[in-house]
Amino acid sequence: MAAGATYEPIATTTLASAANAITFSSIPATYTDLVVVFNALCSTGGTTGQMLLNGATTGYSATFLRGTGAAAASNRFTSDSSLTVMYQALSSTIPSHARINIFNYAGSTYKTVLIEDAQDYNGSGQVMRSVGLYQSTSAITSIKLQASGGSNLSIGTSATLYGIKAA
Amino acid sequence: MWWAQLLNNIAALFSGGVAASTSSFESIATTTLSAGTGWVNFNSIPQTYSSLQVRILGRSQQTGSSAGAVSMLINSVQTNSYAFHQLNGDGSAASGTGTASTNRMDIGVVPTDGYASNIFGTLIVDIHNYTSTTNNKTVRCFGGFDGNGSGTVRLGSGFINATTAVTSLSFSNANNSFDWLTGSTFALYGIKGA
Repeated sequence: MAAGATYEPIATTTLASAANAITFSSIPATYTDLVVVFNALCSTGGTTGQMLLNGATTGYSATFLRGTGAAAASNRFTSDSSLTVMYQALSSTIPSHARINIFNYAGSTYKTVLIEDAQDYNGSGQVMRSVGLYQSTSAITSIKLQASGGSNLSIGTSATLYGIKAA
Repeated sequence: MWWAQLLNNIAALFSGGVAASTSSFESIATTTLSAGTGWVNFNSIPQTYSSLQVRILGRSQQTGSSAGAVSMLINSVQTNSYAFHQLNGDGSAASGTGTASTNRMDIGVVPTDGYASNIFGTLIVDIHNYTSTTNNKTVRCFGGFDGNGSGTVRLGSGFINATTAVTSLSFSNANNSFDWLTGSTFALYGIKGA
């Protein structure tokens, strides 16, 4: 069996001032899967964390499994304008965390994404796992992470993009 | 550093995948199917890592539009030595189920052939302490698929009542009731300890 080190960091961005998004562009097509680690802060109430692939604002859907601290639930979004990667409203002081796996991102099938979302606000919040679909056969060359409604992400928001290459 | 490893392990427990380490995550082998296939096997797995991770992109030959079960065998064992638990979200409700003393480990779901041909399911499987010859083996799984109005997301745990080191892994659809479809991909990675 072949063996070789992988899971390589491609890029990291940490906001030194508020901005409406973190975008990774010109993503090389040399990996098998991508992983995005996203830590978000936002001072605008009621905003969630979202992801756009290749800048597209159509073609997304997702199935969610959530634990709110009181109950477990499942729901879905269909024909959506983005992928929701942080389901609960973002906090201005407590980072929300998401780890996003994008499989076969350079391939010619639709893109399936696995999302892990952790948001705990000491008495509120939720844990979420979801599977998302982006109905495009194009290779993913850019990833945009944003808050809903065009709100700014706050200082300290960060994201790192990793590439995983199979043998 | 022992404390860094400890933090890494704790972080891994609360996420769906092992914490990233650019020097310790290595690709071992990959299989991409060019034709329908029943079992997909990784044999002679090196015993030089702390944990294994398998990343699957798959579709089942099963007809209709439903969630096709993904089954795993460890060391080709087909006796009633396995157990598994599942936490499922189907888009309308969350549910849990478990099976004990069974002949395979059901680790996830993929779309069946009734879905659009471009839709594949994904699955991440973590197998910890796989080289141990004194402990039974516990497996963690996270995966699913979405069909824009249907689909399933699933968290799973699995167990094999065997202290033998894991040297082979085998994957099938519903315990080999259906083939994997062309384009399904199985990638095996090893994660080194300090």
